[in-house]
Amino acid sequence: MTAVPSAPLSRRDWLLSDRPQSRMQARLGRAYMTWRRFSANRLALLGLGILVVLILMAIFAGVLSPHSPVTGDLAGARLLPPGSPGYLLGTDEQGRDILSRLLHGSRLTLFVIILVAVIAAPIGLIVGAVAGYAGGWIDAVLMRITDIFLAFPKLVLALALVAALGPGIENAVLAIAVTSWPPYARIARAETMTVRNADYIAAVRLMGASPLRIVLLHVMPMCLSSLIVRITLDMAGVILTAAGLGFLGLGAQPPLPEWGAMIASGRRFILDQWWVATMPGIAILLVSLAFNLLGDGLRDALDPREAGQ
Amino acid sequence: MSTAVSAHDVTVIYEDFKALDGVSIAVDRGKSYGLVGESGSGKSTLLRAIAGLAPVASGRLEVNGRTLAPRRRDKAFYRDVQMVFQDPYGSLHPRQTIDRLLQEPLAIHGLSDAEARIARALDEVGLGTGFRFRYSHQLSGGQRQRVAIARALIVEPSILLLDEPTSALDASVQAEVLNLLEQIQRDRGLTFLMVSHDLGVVTHMCDQLAVMRSGKVVERLSAADLVAGRIDAEYTRNLMVASKGFVRTSA
Amino acid sequence: MSPLLTVDDLRVSFPTRAGLVEAVRGVSFSLGRERLGIVGESGSGKSQTGRAIMGLTPPQARITAKTLSFDGIDLLEASPRERRELRGNRVAMILQDPKYSLNPVMTIGRQIVETLRTHRKISASEAKARAIAMLEAVQIRDAARVFDLHPHEVSGGMGQRAMIAMMLIAEPELLIADEPTSALDVTVQLEVLAILDRLVAERGMGLIFISHDLRLVSSFCDRVIVMYAGRIVEEIAAADLRNARHPYTQGLLSCMPEIGGDRHPLPVLDRKPEWAR
Repeated sequence: MTAVPSAPLSRRDWLLSDRPQSRMQARLGRAYMTWRRFSANRLALLGLGILVVLILMAIFAGVLSPHSPVTGDLAGARLLPPGSPGYLLGTDEQGRDILSRLLHGSRLTLFVIILVAVIAAPIGLIVGAVAGYAGGWIDAVLMRITDIFLAFPKLVLALALVAALGPGIENAVLAIAVTSWPPYARIARAETMTVRNADYIAAVRLMGASPLRIVLLHVMPMCLSSLIVRITLDMAGVILTAAGLGFLGLGAQPPLPEWGAMIASGRRFILDQWWVATMPGIAILLVSLAFNLLGDGLRDALDPREAGQ
Repeated sequence: MSTAVSAHDVTVIYEDFKALDGVSIAVDRGKSYGLVGESGSGKSTLLRAIAGLAPVASGRLEVNGRTLAPRRRDKAFYRDVQMVFQDPYGSLHPRQTIDRLLQEPLAIHGLSDAEARIARALDEVGLGTGFRFRYSHQLSGGQRQRVAIARALIVEPSILLLDEPTSALDASVQAEVLNLLEQIQRDRGLTFLMVSHDLGVVTHMCDQLAVMRSGKVVERLSAADLVAGRIDAEYTRNLMVASKGFVRTSA
Repeated sequence: MSPLLTVDDLRVSFPTRAGLVEAVRGVSFSLGRERLGIVGESGSGKSQTGRAIMGLTPPQARITAKTLSFDGIDLLEASPRERRELRGNRVAMILQDPKYSLNPVMTIGRQIVETLRTHRKISASEAKARAIAMLEAVQIRDAARVFDLHPHEVSGGMGQRAMIAMMLIAEPELLIADEPTSALDVTVQLEVLAILDRLVAERGMGLIFISHDLRLVSSFCDRVIVMYAGRIVEEIAAADLRNARHPYTQGLLSCMPEIGGDRHPLPVLDRKPEWAR
């Protein structure tokens, strides 16, 4: 059990009350319990910490960067090693400060992650929940479409889409989103199948609720927690796919400081100037790791079996 | 006396399995009718067929003089007929507070005055407003069943379908819930259709009952006849003997 | 005669988020070759008492007792190996639902034979013959056919009989039955109880019958222990149950609706905090 020393005891008691006096108190109490379960996991906290740093980096990239991310000092500062005066992480072949590029690149990474989540998750949730609840031919049609998407390797499908749409970070995001919703649909469908015959769903049907209302208000909330966990764990993969597309020149276009593209341009000097490719590599590694740790923590914290306690 | 619920020759088929085979019953308004039988007898299926949760293959169901369509039920039907399920752990949404659970029927039927109605419903089932913002996992089995009853009553139905409402509860809690149901029936003049495997519970609660076995009605009789032993069917007699408890033959 | 099982001040507690929760709080009794009923409502600790004797308590739980001994063997000091040898061989347990306690991918016959051969050095053909004889002893008609069936292919009553056959095949001296018939229909329930009763009597076993159903237990057992909130509130001969002194026992007896008992409303239990003291 983790102690929460910062909160005064009375507030904690208020949050943990067995008899909440208002809707707000009940909701906060539940959130607090989830937070307590989550924060009991040190590694998950570490993951969350890294992601908070990433977000802060993205917000304050303009202030924190010592140099411009896109124009470098071609004459005086090409391929300087880490620790050179003024260039903490060194410079690349165009004399650009790698630290500044990483800081600005975090914006692109966040852009990709957020857009993919915002596009793919609702599609997957709706397709899966509708298929699972409706059953019959609706289920068959929706799940066969899902199967078709699942039959292709993610990166190959994304490559094909970007090739068709044209390179660029927006198209890369779109391609990744289109290729990543099918697993979410699968999860949402599986969860829906387990709850659709539950008595509490039958009870709402007996209230006279429409199927739409049942799916939206009663079934989907039950799918959310496993979906959130899965998306979080998938984010590492999304970052890697984005980086892969960037590496192949199909994602963000130069001179954008996208981390994958940075590795691609640095690979030519990997033996002599290792830092050019390694620094963005470490950044990708850290963020992927952070998402995995966060996902593990969320899995424990959001586990619906908490109800037994 | 008028009939509140009746089934005429109702058959329910799940895939190849005949769960109900030509069942007819008639429930008088304001009375309690019991359906007794062992597992697989079809007693719960009949309840679910009336509620629109089971596929009716043939036969006719009537509620308050109106013939029901085989599958679809309109909103007006659900203001008349409500159901309480057997498992109090499965019939309340695990992610909703009691408040949210009770609001749902009001929102669906567009009833005004939600605050007062919820407070009244909780009072009626003896919970009080202290329970209003709890989640179902913070309640005991008996309290959950009270919430389920409150949810059924909040739309002011005239008929309550009770599917083994107390069989998952401890004996002492069962007594409390049965007393509550009797109280509500007296106050509101409700019609009960109650399924149970326990002859003691059914004879305590109901005036008339039907004994069911393998999807058919074996015998229809009044509770008074059952108590007095005026029984025709051999199966009913077996049930009576079984419910009296274990009798050592050798010793 | 020294008792078969002695339990003195048994305590079982579970660590939870809210701290240590005591499920069993100082239970003491001793058992000879007799039928003892343990009755209580959910959360009374009756099942945890049975599981602690059997050694089936979850690993995170803490068990303490002044004495917990079976036929002179200290169960708390016994090594896991010694306990395994006791389990199934000299002490057996029947659980509520055969669906969960029989292995779904193994035929019923093989499970019984495995149980037998774990504890007795006998040939495969002899084991099979004894398993079929045992299935016949629990009144399964056509025992040779049932021997080759999987648990999902038989009814609940048949499954529970198979379970009893499996538990009794090694001829244990103590049988713990935790709600053995609660998942069964009333008519089947009595058949199963009659079989259990006959076997216990014939083989001279000690039986602990754990149930929520006070009336059923009292019609089946010689002696009844009534538990409330992890403690024994009353111990009484089954025949004297009508004269029970503790208000909890009286309440439990009277709150059940009876056929022909015209009591409206039913008397309810007024739980006193001092019962759980």
